[in-house]
Amino acid sequence: MAMPNAELKDNGGGTEPKIGVFVCHCGTNIGGVVDCEKVAKAASTIEGVAVSKDLKYACSDLGQDEIQKAIKEEGLNRIVVASCSPRLHEFTFRNCVEEAGLNPYFMIMVNLREQCSWVHMKEPEDATAKASDLIRMGVERSKLLSSLSPREVAVEPTCLVIGAGIAGIQAALDVAQKGFKTYLVEKEPSIGGHMAQLDKTFPTGDCAICILAPKMVEASRQKNLEILAYSEVVDIDGYVGNFNVKVRMKPRYVDEEKCVGCGVCTEKCPVKVPNEFDVGFGMRKAIYVPFPQAVPLKYTIDAENCRQLQGKKCGACAKACINDAIDYEQQPRDLDLKVGTIIIATGFDTYIPMKKGVYSYWESENVITAMELERLINAAGPTGGHLIRPSDKTEPKRIAFIQCVGSRNHKLGIQHCSRVCCMYAMKNAQIIKEHDPETDIAIYYNDIRAFGKGFEELYHRIRMDYGVEFIRGRPARLTTDPETGNITIRAEETLLAKITERDFDLVVLSVGLLPSQGTMPIQKMLSLPTSPDGFLQELHPKLRPIETAIDGVFICGCAQGPKDIPDSVAQAKATASEASTLMIRSKHVVEPLTASINDELCVGCGLCTDVCPYGAIELQDKDGQIKAVVTEALCHGCGTCAAACPQRAIDQLQFSNRQIMSEISAALSHEKAAGGE
Amino acid sequence: MDEEFNPKIIAFCCNWCSYAGADLAGVSRFQYPPNIRIIRVMCSGRVDLSFVIEALRQGADGVLVTGCHPNDCHYIDGNKSAALRAEFFTEFLEEIGIEPERFRLEWIAGSEGEKFARVINKMVEDVRALGPIRSDDK
Repeated sequence: MAMPNAELKDNGGGTEPKIGVFVCHCGTNIGGVVDCEKVAKAASTIEGVAVSKDLKYACSDLGQDEIQKAIKEEGLNRIVVASCSPRLHEFTFRNCVEEAGLNPYFMIMVNLREQCSWVHMKEPEDATAKASDLIRMGVERSKLLSSLSPREVAVEPTCLVIGAGIAGIQAALDVAQKGFKTYLVEKEPSIGGHMAQLDKTFPTGDCAICILAPKMVEASRQKNLEILAYSEVVDIDGYVGNFNVKVRMKPRYVDEEKCVGCGVCTEKCPVKVPNEFDVGFGMRKAIYVPFPQAVPLKYTIDAENCRQLQGKKCGACAKACINDAIDYEQQPRDLDLKVGTIIIATGFDTYIPMKKGVYSYWESENVITAMELERLINAAGPTGGHLIRPSDKTEPKRIAFIQCVGSRNHKLGIQHCSRVCCMYAMKNAQIIKEHDPETDIAIYYNDIRAFGKGFEELYHRIRMDYGVEFIRGRPARLTTDPETGNITIRAEETLLAKITERDFDLVVLSVGLLPSQGTMPIQKMLSLPTSPDGFLQELHPKLRPIETAIDGVFICGCAQGPKDIPDSVAQAKATASEASTLMIRSKHVVEPLTASINDELCVGCGLCTDVCPYGAIELQDKDGQIKAVVTEALCHGCGTCAAACPQRAIDQLQFSNRQIMSEISAALSHEKAAGGE
Repeated sequence: MDEEFNPKIIAFCCNWCSYAGADLAGVSRFQYPPNIRIIRVMCSGRVDLSFVIEALRQGADGVLVTGCHPNDCHYIDGNKSAALRAEFFTEFLEEIGIEPERFRLEWIAGSEGEKFARVINKMVEDVRALGPIRSDDK
């Protein structure tokens, strides 16, 4: 691949650095703690500083105009913007100076907000002194900046979507519809995800599978879209535009080409096991499709439970199949894909009360999770939508919902609100009431969060029209009567300031959403950061909600955090748009951060080749001498080689030895003066 | 010299985890003493030992290197190089008679704003207890 070298030009045409320092108040965010005027004045005395100003909001139109005007009028050739984190606005200010005709890499940022005013709120004087120090560090470093040209890499016009719940399906459909080859990888035998398991959706009461199934079918028929179900991503390397992905297709023991989904095999299969799709309530055979609307509609043999595959004599399905599709010898198959962009839509797992004693989930049959309830009230579920309780298969007449199970619970270490539990509990209460208006329903809650479109209206309806009772308080204890299977909930009803005990026939735990098990291996493969709740972290919580720290990798749906179906779909569409934009441009600009080697100093020891995580450095014979050579396309710019080089023959663009040393010296200038170095 | 000793600490933070952790500490308003000066690098593996030596020589009372947790490095295993160097460096400090507590390596994720503040608080407290590096040590 031909790639233009990052150019290391002169330091501004040999002219002396003429530095502009702009100190941002950020309203009161910085200005409320740091004396910005004083700091700007102090900076004006540093050698090389031609202009030093404080600005109310540097990033605003006015602020940027001011910077551009100073560049043009004063002939500034270095810009130091002392404001927020470079992780937030480096891009903004680089663009700003570039528009004024300066190479964008002549601008650097000094972090006065996240790393000064916000963390020293009660020490304005010390914070002001620190701000001055930080600016001095920036000014000294700015003198050593060079003009750089970013590298461009070609972007393979192919997208990989990992996870085929509603978010992944929507993202894949959108990308494919824009004309890009798209792979949709799903670990389960069918696409559809959790949404396929749900009965109805809040607040409108649409039947989940009725709106999802057409999308699944559309995905299977969409040109450019290849569904790789029952497959897992096992390896990813490469970089934006050029990811190499290994996908392992697990053996279905059924030839997908030959299977027409007629289902004769499943009729003949003698093995019955609980169906995971029904959360253990319904049964399936060892050869199965998880649910009737499965896409692809191809049967799968569950090797652990198949008699033939466990070495016993059977072969019933092979005998029954008229298309000769059964293949007991099938092996896992690896596919190597080259993709330019990756969308992660690996969804969530619901919280399962693992510890004994959590609301008697393991002790009482009649305490079930919300996902189990979804299957029990689902017309396509094991009971045909007829709600019965597990212990004696009778219709429960008194039902309690307990909210925030595995959410907002500091004891469990799960702080986050799962955002959907209030509404799904109301939705399920409504469905139960519609089936049998005589059922008494009580919802034990902490706070009701009915914040979305139509949510508050449902909350109102469910109380006023359906007579569902809302009890504010977290239950303290559940006791089960061994004779009847009924459950007594003891709780403090905080609105009444009373401790009550009430009897119920069935208790439903409104379990929260957690990062899915399937997300973890992908997160590790790409070294993606997670947020404190364990979900994948977006690049910026407000402004870059679906991008990640890795260029070309996007996140949507519950992989990013708990959210409902409309939000998942909206995010999915956003990722598709971002990924497509990148592929339409066909080129991506990569930060010039690469390592460069000074041949005169290099002695060819090879220490750098040992530490490089990417194998980007090789020893080569150069006119009879062994020298280290960097392959720029492979270099990611960590700088580990530069630190390892005993000859100091390696340097890193934007983080050169001299630049870092200049920051150290500037940070310690007072100490040096005091200590008489 | 009754004035309280106010140590100056140089902290190297990797862009992807610990610098983000430092930003999160700010966003969350976790407070820590203003004794540190953060220098951003792309990876903790970028930190050359000469930077640490130079910082101490020029008057820093402590040096902190922070990176992504093991196996979470944005550059696969640049932090492993940092860890190996840190081990060597701690021994080196002992050898030349400087308290090894003046140098510290910590893993701080982008989600660990609280940890960032905690590490700084602890390090400033520890180095303050040590006092300045004695001049005959320099």
